[in-house]
Amino acid sequence: MSAPITHHEGAHHEDAHHHAGGGHSHGSLKSYLIGFLLSVVLTAIPFWLVMGDVLDSRQLTGFIIVGFAAVQIVVHIIFFLHMDTRSEQGWTMMALIFTIIVVVIALSGSLWVMYHLNANTMPFHDMQQMR
Amino acid sequence: MSATTRTMDGAEAPVFYLTEDHHHEEGSGTLLGFWLYLMSDCLIFACLFAIYGVLGTSYAAGPAPKDLFDLPLVAVNTAMLLFSSITYGFAMLEMVKSNGRATLVWLGITGLFGLAFLGIELYEFHHLIHIGATPQRSAFLSSFFTLVGTHGLHVTFGIIWLVTLMVQVGRFGLIEANKRRLMCLSMFWHFLDVIWIGVFTFVYLLGVLR
Repeated sequence: MSAPITHHEGAHHEDAHHHAGGGHSHGSLKSYLIGFLLSVVLTAIPFWLVMGDVLDSRQLTGFIIVGFAAVQIVVHIIFFLHMDTRSEQGWTMMALIFTIIVVVIALSGSLWVMYHLNANTMPFHDMQQMR
Repeated sequence: MSATTRTMDGAEAPVFYLTEDHHHEEGSGTLLGFWLYLMSDCLIFACLFAIYGVLGTSYAAGPAPKDLFDLPLVAVNTAMLLFSSITYGFAMLEMVKSNGRATLVWLGITGLFGLAFLGIELYEFHHLIHIGATPQRSAFLSSFFTLVGTHGLHVTFGIIWLVTLMVQVGRFGLIEANKRRLMCLSMFWHFLDVIWIGVFTFVYLLGVLR
């Protein structure tokens, strides 16, 4: 008996949200300006680090600029794409999380597999085994 | 609500489907659908980034990123795209205020920044091909041209779309359909800027560091 009740409640719930409007936010002048200023800073620092050869360690510079890129992507998604957990009843956020998971798997998987393929199938390596 | 009460009482047979069709306004699913398109586009770029990540160091005894990339030019290019993002934001704010003329002006400025970005990118590509760093030269250059070229192609289509919408807004004003289209292009445009963050970080900055 409980199944139809939950079903009806679900439908009602969805309906209430539906009439609350498209659920898409346009942002304000303030949010655009904050996003823009943050982006300028987050773009300028990595370029400065690389062009000015500021740090001695290249590896450290690499990690820092990747970190800045990750932060800037989040800034863009929040301030320019106006992403939040409420828009379209949370479906945009679900799609984004799903995409991020697939992207992480595809990127890290490709790099990992191809790196090992390269490292283990060097012609030089084969020749030694054949001997 | 009444249906639920009756079901709880057990006086009426349970209903397993929606008894009334709920009303969908025209285009109410467009923004979510467009977001899903952008997510699938994101997967295309993820694949291209993965290819660049794998092949980006295969120079085939040819030029490396350090010999080719001109970082000041890339910085200017990045600024162009960032400016175009904020001016598109201003266009959206004017659109919300139903100020058609100002929307058109900001859209026009956005288009000019977009064109500047494309111009600089084409200049860079022309320069690279001129000095012999063509896509055929090495796997690194093939993957570089594919990744950055795909992004540039997206910007090109974004500009075509932008001009189309400017004509639409100019002829029909800020009607509901045009607002919806402008919001889709807004997502597209900002999405391209997000992809560019990945490009300038992983391709140009990390490439020169290597």
